Amino acid sequence: MSDKLRNAYEQLGLPRLIIIVFLLVLFAVAVIMRMDLAILIKDSITRIGMNGILVLAMLPTLACGVGLNFGLPVGVIAGIVGAVTSMNWGLKGFAGFFTAMVIAIPLAVIAGYLYAMLLERVQGQEMMVGTYVGFSVVSGMCMFWLLAPYRNPAMIFALGGKGLRTTITLDRTFGKVLNDFLGFSVFDIYIPTGLLLFMGIFFVLIALFFKSKAGLAMRTVGSNPMYARSSGINVQRMRTMGVILSTVLAAIGILVYSQSYGFVQLYTAPLTAAFPAVASVLIGGASLRKATIGHAIIGTVLFHTLLTIALPVTQTVLQGADISEIARTIMSNGMIIYALTRAERR
Amino acid sequence: MLEKPTAQVKTPAGGSGVGISDILRNWSVPIFFLVISIAGIIAARLDINYLVNEVVGRFGRNAFLVISLIIPVMAGLGLNFGIVVGAMAGQTALVIVTHYQVEGLAGFALAAVISVPIAMLLGLLVGKVLNRAKGREMVTSMIMGYFANGIYQLVFLVLLGTLIPMKDPVLMLGSGIGLRNTIDLIGLSYSLDRAMDWLWNGFVFTSVGAARLGPWRFPLCTLFIIGILCVLTTFITRTKLGQEMRAVGQDMHIAQVAGINVDRTRIIAIMMSTVLAAWGQLIFLQNLGTFNTYSSHEQVGMFSVAAILVGGATTRRATIWNAIVGTLLFHTLFVVSPLAGQRLFGVSQVGEYFRSFLAYGVIAVALALHAWQGRSSKQSK
Repeated sequence: MSDKLRNAYEQLGLPRLIIIVFLLVLFAVAVIMRMDLAILIKDSITRIGMNGILVLAMLPTLACGVGLNFGLPVGVIAGIVGAVTSMNWGLKGFAGFFTAMVIAIPLAVIAGYLYAMLLERVQGQEMMVGTYVGFSVVSGMCMFWLLAPYRNPAMIFALGGKGLRTTITLDRTFGKVLNDFLGFSVFDIYIPTGLLLFMGIFFVLIALFFKSKAGLAMRTVGSNPMYARSSGINVQRMRTMGVILSTVLAAIGILVYSQSYGFVQLYTAPLTAAFPAVASVLIGGASLRKATIGHAIIGTVLFHTLLTIALPVTQTVLQGADISEIARTIMSNGMIIYALTRAERR
Repeated sequence: MLEKPTAQVKTPAGGSGVGISDILRNWSVPIFFLVISIAGIIAARLDINYLVNEVVGRFGRNAFLVISLIIPVMAGLGLNFGIVVGAMAGQTALVIVTHYQVEGLAGFALAAVISVPIAMLLGLLVGKVLNRAKGREMVTSMIMGYFANGIYQLVFLVLLGTLIPMKDPVLMLGSGIGLRNTIDLIGLSYSLDRAMDWLWNGFVFTSVGAARLGPWRFPLCTLFIIGILCVLTTFITRTKLGQEMRAVGQDMHIAQVAGINVDRTRIIAIMMSTVLAAWGQLIFLQNLGTFNTYSSHEQVGMFSVAAILVGGATTRRATIWNAIVGTLLFHTLFVVSPLAGQRLFGVSQVGEYFRSFLAYGVIAVALALHAWQGRSSKQSK
C-alpha cells in the first residue's frame, strides 16, 4: 500500500521535477555565460503577472468536471472586444482599462452561458468540442474585425481605411497602467506592483470562492457527480457556473495580458490562447479531475519563467537556431498528452 | 433558401421513412453544404469551367488523405487528427528521395516505399498513446499532432547537420544546420498525376451544343490510385480484421469478451491510417510541386476531417461516399468563398476568413451534433 502511494506520488511529481531541473540548468548556463540575471528575473516576473489570470481561468472548469477549457478563446475574444471598444472611445489610463473590463465582463457572461449550454449537451466530448468552438469563434470574429464599425483612425488599417489592424498599440490608451502602478526597483529588478497586486486579488478571490458554499458544491460536482446529485446539488447549474466563471476570468486575463504587452492582438492571434494556459496548469500538477490554486500558481511560475528565459539563454549558447520555440511546443503538448493519458488509470 | 436543409439537420433522428425522406435524413449535411456552395457560386458569378478544373485538381490532391480517415472511425477511434503524423512520415521520405535526386515516377514510388516503415513506427506509437486515452482519442490525437510537429522541427531544424550527418547545399540552410523553409520538388512534380498520360492526357476540351466545356485536366493516374484505395478499403471492412475492427468500434467490452485483442486491433487501425496518410501527403505534394518544410503538414488533419464531415460522416460512421462527396463539396466551398467574399463585401479577405471559419465551424458543429445525439439516444434507452 505504501509502495503504491509512493509510486503515485512519483508519477505526480516527475514532470515537475524535470522542469525544475531544466530551469536550474538554464539559470546555471545563464550565470556561466555572464548574462544579465536581473533582466531575466524582471522579465520572468512580468510574464508571470501577465499570464496568471489566464491560467487561473482553467481552474473553475477543472473543478466542476468539465475538463480542460480549450474553449478559452471564447472569453479572450470577449476581453478583446472590450479593449477595442474602450480604445475606440479614446479613453486613457485606468479609465480605459476599467471601461474595457466593464464592457468585457457582461459579454463574457453571455458568451460563457451559451458556451456552457453547448457543453452541457456534449458531455464526454467537452474538450474536443471546446477546442473547435474556440477556433471557430476566433475565425468568425476575424470577419467581425474587418467589417466592424470602429472608426478611430489609430486602430484601422492605414491603407484602404477599412478593418482593424492586426496589432493595435496601447501606448496612448491603457498600455502598462497596471505594470506602472506603484512600481519600484530592487537590485535593478523592476517590480510591477500593480500587475502582481491585481493578479493576487483574483487568486485570493478564487481561493475564497472555492472555500464558499457554492465553491464546495462545484468541487463536489467535479469529483463525484453522483454523490453531488444525491446530496441535492444542481449539477447542471454548477457546471454552467464553472464555465461562465472561466470565461469571465479569460476575458479579464487577456486585458491584463494586453496592457502589460502593450498591444492588443486581433485576428488569428487568439487561436492558440488556450494552450499555454492549459500547459501551465498541468505543469503545476493539476489533473483532469483535481486542480487547486496552488497548482495554478506553481504552474504559472514554472512554465512562464521557463518560456521567458529559454529564448535568450539558448540564443546565447546556440547562435541562430531558435530552439526555445521548439522546446515550448514539445513541452506544453507533451504535458497535455501526459495528463490526457494518465487520468483514465485512477 | 437555407431554411429547409437546416431543418433537416436538426431532425436526423426523427422518423424511419424510406425513399426520399430516408435520403434526406442520411445526406442532410451534404445537402446543406451543397445549397451553400450553389449560393456562393451564384453570388460570385463564377466561371463553371474554372470551378470544375479547380475542384477536379483539388479532389485528386486531397481525396486520398480524406479516405485515410475511414478505418479508425470504423474501429471506434473517432476522427484521427493524428494523420498529421503520417503526413510528416511522407515528407521525411520526400526529403530523402529529393536528397538522393531520384526523379519521376521511380522517385515517387521510392518515397512511397520509404515512408511505410516510418509511418508504421509512428502509427504504432500513436496507437499506444491512444490506447491509454480511451474515450478521449480525438482530442489526444489532435494534441499528438501538435506534439509531433515539435519533434519534427527539432529533427529537421536542429538535429539535421549536427547529430544527423547530412550535407546538401540545395536542401539545407546556409549554416549547414537544418532544412530550408521550402523544398522544390521539380523532379517529382506531377510524377503520379501524369503517369498515365500515355493512355490519355486527361484533357477535356470540347463543346456540347453552345456550351463550351474545358479545359479541364484530370489527374488520371491519381484518380486511378484513389479508385484502388476505395476498393481496398471496402475489401478490408469485409475481411476478418475488418469485422474485428467493427466489433471493437461497436463495443470494446463485448469485443474483449468475444476474444478479440482490442488494443492490438486499435493499433493496427491507426497504423493503417498513418501509412495511408503518408501516401496521401506524397500525392498532395507531388501535385503542388513544392513544399513548405515546416508547415505543409500542419493543417492536413483539420482540412481532411472537415471534408469528411461535410460529406456527412460522423465520429462513429464514415463511408467512402462520405469521403468522396465531402472532398468535392468542401473544396468547392474552398474555391468559391474568397471570390464570394470579394463580390459581397468588396474585401476578398472576408472570404479567406470565412473559409477557415467554415472548416473550424463544420468540425465544431458536427462534433457537437454527434455528441448531442449520442447522449439523447442513450437517455431514451
